[in-house]
Amino acid sequence: MSVAYFGRRYTFSAAHRLHTEALTAEENQATYGKCNNPHGHGHNYKVEVLCGGQVDAETGMVINMAKLDEIVKRVVMERFDHMNLNRDEIFEKEVPTTENLSIAVYDLLEPKLQRENVRLEKIRIEETENNFFEYAGMK
Amino acid sequence: MVLLTRRATFSASHYYWNESWSAAENERIFGKCANKYGHGHNYTLEVTVAGEPDAVTGFVVDLKTLKDVIERDVLDVYDHRHLNLEVPEFAKTIPTTENIAIAIWRRLNAGLNVLPSMRSAKLARVRIYETTEIFAEYRGESA
Repeated sequence: MSVAYFGRRYTFSAAHRLHTEALTAEENQATYGKCNNPHGHGHNYKVEVLCGGQVDAETGMVINMAKLDEIVKRVVMERFDHMNLNRDEIFEKEVPTTENLSIAVYDLLEPKLQRENVRLEKIRIEETENNFFEYAGMK
Repeated sequence: MVLLTRRATFSASHYYWNESWSAAENERIFGKCANKYGHGHNYTLEVTVAGEPDAVTGFVVDLKTLKDVIERDVLDVYDHRHLNLEVPEFAKTIPTTENIAIAIWRRLNAGLNVLPSMRSAKLARVRIYETTEIFAEYRGESA
């Protein structure tokens, strides 16, 4: 039996500000535009988690959705939902762009899913309905 | 290589139940999906074909013929049916989203391979959405 994939979408709402100490105030403004507003702004982030693995002969599943929900809720939702991303320790030294957020979510979930014998194939995060970011791990 | 995707929808009922387990075990593992009276979804199917555009037509595959195969081999069998009770591949296999993706792949792969308009194109991916939040994907035995 070969690999099949199970995907699930989640939503969380968070604030962020794109700003780096490596650039001057003017350069930050030029680079990040409205996203550099010192007071921050927010999004409803849509997170798509794609898991790959063998389909279990007894359950017909790659991963039990209830188990995946429990992991994502504990590891991602409780950490980021209704929070300011800039204040999370992950983003102390990194700009909370959605590129970096996709990598962070991948790195948080990957070891937890590995324990369930599931491969985290890809994280996709939609920041708005018109822009999205994907990360599939180090390859 | 170009990927071309056609979307289709169907509505069907199903339930999750493993006959080798007790009722309590089925309810513990499958939760609400174990209700033996069944429940239903509006499924959205995405069929992706990969190949080079034909030099004359510019098509990877003629979408009309792809649509006809999807209708004949999947929609006519699954739409407004009870998957467990009326679709042969789910007589013994639980119609989870994952298993539906695999079953649809097998149905389409056979029908598409003999289509003249497929030429060198190949079925690349079947993605099936059970709801907008839940989907499964299958890319064939070799993936």
